[in-house]
Amino acid sequence: MKKKLCSLLLAALLAMAVLSGCTDGTGESSENNFSAVVGIQQDIDSLDPHLATAAGTKEILFNIFEGLVKSDENGNLIDAVAESHTVSQDGLVYTFTLRDNVKFHNGNAVTAEDVKYSLERVSGLLDGTPLVSALSTIKSVDILDEKTVQVTVESPNTELIYSFTAAIIPSGSGEEEGTSPVGTGPFSFVSYTPQEGIVLKKNPDYWQEGLPYLDQVTFRIVGSAETALMELQSGAIDIYPYLTDSQAQTLKEGNTHQVVASPSNVVQALFLNNAVAPLDNVLVRQAILYAIDKEEINEYVGGGTGSLIGSAMLPSLADNYVDLNSVYGTKANVEKAKELLAEAGYADGFDLVIDIPSNYEFHMQTGEVIVEQLKAVGINASINPVEWDTWLSDIYNGRNYTATISGITCDQTPGYLLNRFQTQSSKNFINYSNAEYDEVYLKAQAEQDMEKKAGYYKQLQQILADDAATAFLQVPGNMTAISNRLEGYKFYPIYVQDMSTVSVKK
Amino acid sequence: MAYLGKKLITLIMTLFLVSAAAFLAFQIIPGDVVTSILGTEATPEREEQLREELGFNDPPVMRYLHWVGGLLRGDLGTSYRYSKNMNERMPVSELIGDKLPVTLWLAALSTVLIIVISLPLGVLWAKSRSHAVDAALGVVTQTAMAVPSFFLGILVTYCFGVVLKLFTPGKYVSYRQSFSGFLGYLIFPALSIAIPKIAMTARFLRNSMLTELGADYVRTACGKGCSQRRVMYGHVLRNALMPVVTFLGMIISEIVAGSIVIEQVFGLPGIGRLLISSISNRDFPVVEILILYITSAVILVYFLVDILYRVIDPRISEK
Repeated sequence: MKKKLCSLLLAALLAMAVLSGCTDGTGESSENNFSAVVGIQQDIDSLDPHLATAAGTKEILFNIFEGLVKSDENGNLIDAVAESHTVSQDGLVYTFTLRDNVKFHNGNAVTAEDVKYSLERVSGLLDGTPLVSALSTIKSVDILDEKTVQVTVESPNTELIYSFTAAIIPSGSGEEEGTSPVGTGPFSFVSYTPQEGIVLKKNPDYWQEGLPYLDQVTFRIVGSAETALMELQSGAIDIYPYLTDSQAQTLKEGNTHQVVASPSNVVQALFLNNAVAPLDNVLVRQAILYAIDKEEINEYVGGGTGSLIGSAMLPSLADNYVDLNSVYGTKANVEKAKELLAEAGYADGFDLVIDIPSNYEFHMQTGEVIVEQLKAVGINASINPVEWDTWLSDIYNGRNYTATISGITCDQTPGYLLNRFQTQSSKNFINYSNAEYDEVYLKAQAEQDMEKKAGYYKQLQQILADDAATAFLQVPGNMTAISNRLEGYKFYPIYVQDMSTVSVKK
Repeated sequence: MAYLGKKLITLIMTLFLVSAAAFLAFQIIPGDVVTSILGTEATPEREEQLREELGFNDPPVMRYLHWVGGLLRGDLGTSYRYSKNMNERMPVSELIGDKLPVTLWLAALSTVLIIVISLPLGVLWAKSRSHAVDAALGVVTQTAMAVPSFFLGILVTYCFGVVLKLFTPGKYVSYRQSFSGFLGYLIFPALSIAIPKIAMTARFLRNSMLTELGADYVRTACGKGCSQRRVMYGHVLRNALMPVVTFLGMIISEIVAGSIVIEQVFGLPGIGRLLISSISNRDFPVVEILILYITSAVILVYFLVDILYRVIDPRISEK
């Protein structure tokens, strides 16, 4: 009997060994040298480029779709499906001339008809539902000739051109885009499995000569943020853009990956509800800003990779950015904070609950540091973790909170962040209200001269800082791991994973 | 037959109660599905359109009845979160049908591992007269039981994946691509699930056998001249297995219901992972069906255990 049992055990072990041998076998054979795997954290919300809203989806779809114009790695717009474009003097008419050699992944050349269809679909002219809110200002899309499309808008807005990055899709394909997306980008769609990932392959007809280099790119959803490190080490994923500070340290020791820090396009802030006591008092808000030590937060939470900010603008948008870190300092000024609190009648401090979306470890850790910093000036702060969905519905849309830590992901338009601080803005979840601000914002929006416009934007940032509208903290750094076998990965000031320039080292 | 009918009624009643409770829970927990799907940049028109499309403008009771009605007609509903294309949402049956094989195969593999290893181990342990073996097995099983499954998963990944390179962590092979590759990857998560359960079962069987060994009938059997082997496997093991089968039933129902943590650690796209993401996405139709699946899986396994009792101990069905 003993023998029998032993042989049974042996057989089980043998079976395991054989089976695991199989994985190795298939793993090796499917290993294509000219392919890369990118680790992603969330599932895709839609394959339809006009319906996708999550930043985590758009960063992938950037490889499949292109608009008339697209962003480059310096944050500038370059012509993509369009060969050139002009805007009329009054800013109401946009004329796009299409490239000759742009083909969809299905082999058909892009025609003016396709452009008209795509723009009408996103602007809501097709069925009354605008899919990109900024483009709902489009009044008409007219085909002038085979290669020229004219777009007329209701009111001038110099930043509208950024919205023409909206994907161009084949005419009439709207219903199929969600299952078999067809675009003009460097990679074409192969397959998507919910909860697993998405596979793309090289578009041989891509209009940019020589690109892309890779034959196949897979975006694979990692098991969890914690196991991502092991998946990198084992080679299951080649590129992973969301390393934590400690993971980055571990990887650096291993010498198998490059770890590169780049500025993200997220503005992290302790948002203060300007309509709720005691934060409706400007002195209290100023006291909080003085109490916060941004350098300490950057050091503890981001390993020093973030850039500190004093107002609502990304430093990467250099023409429009003004450094306002000096207004409240980057280090804590406990004396000043206590003084202001006493002046406001809160010499003994007060209780402050900070709601934080708990799925964001980064914001949670920031919260822990801030709680201590506020305690130092007598404000009895505490953290209330909330789920992301709750944050969206109760805090962002419901504005039912006192203070919250979160990040706002910005696109390239400098006005994007400033727009939400207008009194009437539906996105003004901090309930900020300042008549002067509203007035300057309107002037900025109507201004056609870019230099003057930037001047207005700087003025707006100054007003926000003076009013201590919200405690802007930092633009956190993004830590990306890239396998040593790859090269050519480009960092963008916006949230995209451009795989077209990535190649395997020779 | 009457027994089967009774079980079936219990199953239906339980499912009904559980589904109502889950529906209620989803009414209470905060978070708006529409804003969650569309994000912060949604236009009000789009929000309203989606609200209408998902039927949120109907009163909750109507929605529940509508859902139950669909279920009775065999329609499991459609996901809020996943869509096939612009006009068609992903049917829940398709979404779950795609993930179920992963969880079921994982469950099957771990069950085989548990039974094949723990039963012989338990018997050998009970038979062993050596104090050293006894003490060593005691410590090993105690440790295996105490390690949290998340950590065990990481340990297994580290040992077999990073050090021994027997598999590539995170490089899950879909069963649609290569079935042998799929099973080969699944062995390791199955092992992570099995290790603590093997320890528990072996311990349980050993204790149960030791208790039985002290019983009067063992002395009688020995006295009337039965061989030691016959006493051990014909009488003691058979009796000792009864409580172990109940215990195994509990364990297996737990595994079939999905090992959420292990699926997360190994990046397996199974039921557990789908459940987690569906709850945080407020994808109510998917969560409801998953809960119903888990409930039925548990009840079904217990039912099978009941039948197994009758096989091991025929006296039960006579009662």
